[in-house]
Amino acid sequence: MELFRGVNVDWLGKKWYFLAFSLIFSVAGVLSILFWHGIKLGIDFRGGTLVYVQFDQPPNLDRIRAAIDRAGIHDSRIQTYGTSQRQVAISLAQKETQESALDIGRETIVQALNANYSSTGSANQGKLDLDNTSQGALAQFLQQTDPEHLVGAPGASEKYAQQAAAILSHRDKDLDGMFSSVDQLNGVADQAVVNQLKQGAYLSGFHVFAADIIGPQVGALLRRQALLATLYSLLGMLVYLWFRFELIYGVAAVVAVFHDTLITIGAFSLTDQEITLTVIAAILTLIGYSMNDTIVVFDRIRENLRLSRRETLTTAVNRSINQTLSRTVLTSGLTFLTVLSLYLFGGEVLHGFSFALVIGILIGTYSSIAVAAPMLVAYQEWRGKRGKRAALPAAKRAKA
Amino acid sequence: MRKTLLIVAVLLVFIFGIFGIPKGIGLSAWKTAFTDRIHLGLDLKGGIHLVLQVMVDEAVSAETDNAVGRIQADLQQGGFPARSVLKPDPKQPQVIQIQGTPPDKVGDVRNLLDSRYGAQYTVSSAANNSWTLTMKQTEVQTIEQHALQQSIDTIGTRINNLGVTEPTIQEYNLGTNQILVELPGVDDLSRVRDIIQSTARLEIHLVVGGPFPTEQAAVQSVGGTVPPEDLVMAYGGTEPELIGQYYVLQRVPIVAGDDFRDAQPSVDENGRPDATFILTRTAGDRFYQFTSTNVGKSLAVVLDNRVQEAANIQQAIRDQGRITGLGKDKAQNLSLMLRTGALPASIHYLQESVVGPSLGADSIRRGVLASIVGMLAVMIFMLVYYHGAGINADLALMLNLVILLGFMGYANAVLTLPGIAGVILTIGMGVDSNVLIFERIREELRAGKAPAAAVDQGFAHAWVTIVDTHVTTIVSAIILFLFGTGPVKGFAVTLSFGLFANLFTAVFVSRHIFDSILKRKQRGEALSIG
Repeated sequence: MELFRGVNVDWLGKKWYFLAFSLIFSVAGVLSILFWHGIKLGIDFRGGTLVYVQFDQPPNLDRIRAAIDRAGIHDSRIQTYGTSQRQVAISLAQKETQESALDIGRETIVQALNANYSSTGSANQGKLDLDNTSQGALAQFLQQTDPEHLVGAPGASEKYAQQAAAILSHRDKDLDGMFSSVDQLNGVADQAVVNQLKQGAYLSGFHVFAADIIGPQVGALLRRQALLATLYSLLGMLVYLWFRFELIYGVAAVVAVFHDTLITIGAFSLTDQEITLTVIAAILTLIGYSMNDTIVVFDRIRENLRLSRRETLTTAVNRSINQTLSRTVLTSGLTFLTVLSLYLFGGEVLHGFSFALVIGILIGTYSSIAVAAPMLVAYQEWRGKRGKRAALPAAKRAKA
Repeated sequence: MRKTLLIVAVLLVFIFGIFGIPKGIGLSAWKTAFTDRIHLGLDLKGGIHLVLQVMVDEAVSAETDNAVGRIQADLQQGGFPARSVLKPDPKQPQVIQIQGTPPDKVGDVRNLLDSRYGAQYTVSSAANNSWTLTMKQTEVQTIEQHALQQSIDTIGTRINNLGVTEPTIQEYNLGTNQILVELPGVDDLSRVRDIIQSTARLEIHLVVGGPFPTEQAAVQSVGGTVPPEDLVMAYGGTEPELIGQYYVLQRVPIVAGDDFRDAQPSVDENGRPDATFILTRTAGDRFYQFTSTNVGKSLAVVLDNRVQEAANIQQAIRDQGRITGLGKDKAQNLSLMLRTGALPASIHYLQESVVGPSLGADSIRRGVLASIVGMLAVMIFMLVYYHGAGINADLALMLNLVILLGFMGYANAVLTLPGIAGVILTIGMGVDSNVLIFERIREELRAGKAPAAAVDQGFAHAWVTIVDTHVTTIVSAIILFLFGTGPVKGFAVTLSFGLFANLFTAVFVSRHIFDSILKRKQRGEALSIG
């Protein structure tokens, strides 16, 4: 099987279409960043509270919002995710500058939910919430209520601690974090314990399975760090390409990569998605990836320029793109496949990450053909007009 | 043949890197062997991640507080008492001001200050017989560093009391004086907070006045503004009639922090929980001196910047005392804290993440599924597109994965969810080198070269490009590692290991397989490369 055998496309002749295409997407992104959605930063960058809650059935988001509003928090973002629609992420911006108050947001959410979502309402006052209890609290509860009349006997607290561990391991590993009925514990814990839990504990119908609380100070630091990492990474590549090729190659590659980054961030703004720490990691990856693509084309240009010095730069560039086209499309296609599987199967936590890569790989492949290579030619033409040596500096010899 | 042996050896070494020697042959034994070697990150295992800020200023402040007392005593002993020794600005804990030393003893005072405090402080004199001592920057740094280290040690001891396996407690380099605490497998945040947060900074201060019903009333009682040598503090004990009230205390404590040697929970004569404490020998002497000259005055026991109780000095006390007004838990916690060592400064929470075990398990399932689907898709495609050479690429790909995971096992690297994403991405990008080489070989074949020459040329030409692409990606991975935190770091690690593995498999292993195939072929027989 073979794709693209003997293609002979005049890529540079289409540069105005490319320019128009790139401009439309970059400008759309920039406009959205400036005037529409802006750049929506994740909790890790702006500081705040993010609580992940799972419900026993798809919850009514308006009811959650009302409950949290009543608790005095008015700027919460609530969204369901996952295929079951039973999982909800609730995020609050951090207003407290006092870091000692870090935990308040989370506690408010849990209390608000407790008031609204526990199955039997206020009847549960003072009882143990079996869906959210921790191992320590459960063990303490068992020891205090002492359903097996063991306290005082040797090993009593160990026995209860073991039972608590077994119960919670059953909840978290076998039942996906929640009970639908206390009877599910039959056989997991001793009958006396199960009976005691039926009386003294209840099922709230929701389970806080993860929480992130990030103080404003850390948010600011992470923001700065992400920006620096991106800039340094671009700078590092520029220097390497300068050393391996010529400065103009480095500049062209970095411009292409910057173009990719801009469009990807623009895509996040257009689709109103949050930029988190992992998204930044994805953007750095795509910088590396797009750079790879560009280098493959540049390497070929360098080789072709050395082999046939009479060829004009335009033909050499066109030929190089055509020769590497098969590789470019194949690699992008395969990387795209893996990223797509990540996007489809990787779950919510990796959603932003894989979205950035899905966009980035498409744009990165496009940009090495449509941005980086034409820039080399444009540079040469510009030099030619100024009466300088018309040939592109015939790049350094490959060292390897 | 030698090359084949080398490749098999590499394979075995890295398989050992992944699994070690499993204790059984069942699936679960291999699974345990795997997680023994390759540690799962908090996001996969579940657990608590905390970033704490140590308020090192307080340690500096405590040191200068101490110096204030010593200077006063030294000047007194030298026979030239000062009118006042104090710290003029709470925001500048490193500055001490001395006012009103005897005008005729300027030289003596200078000598005394220089000889006793010159090593730690810059001493400068001003008009009206006043002096300013500013702690030297190097000294401030030493104290801050010490406070940070002591905090890490203390928190470590306390965490160990929780019985957490493999906790991480280390300096965190995102900002300054921060500590990273990672507790895998723990999801009981409130308990952890109780244990870490309670700085258990226990101090005993002289009471200037109080209790007052409001903060304003307390400030009014000292003339509307709190003088620098005093402070106003809220009551934090359990006496119902005192809750919400305020005291005015002398700022410099009589005994504090390190002066406490031990504490035990106990019960008083009415059966209420309290805690008895024991002071160190030197602190005991100091406390005896103070209490014997101040009988009848009032002392306040201060815990974490709240007045725990205030009581009159009945008689001189040497090194033992009792703190009442604690609940049972508080008494127990307090004695645990005092025994494990007090924190030198209080701690603020900058970041808390809790990942429940169910989320972690779900993430693993999804990560593994995405990896398998991605990898299968790539492998099938390579077979279809390149036929015989596709097998070549697929073998290289699998070896790549083994080496990558083996590396992680040897390096004790932590596998996080973004790390799994890094693995998947490496799979995608790993075939890039293969595609580059194969396409080049096809080109050479098309140009009419014999298979052996085409393979040779293909590898030679592609090599230059492969080096360039790998170096640039490694540049970005390294920067990601240097700047990234937690999970993102895990991503950078797997990505760079994957790239190194790829250089070996795509160039060396794949080449070797080609060569051995070519050797068996008849002259002129075609190469299966699709």
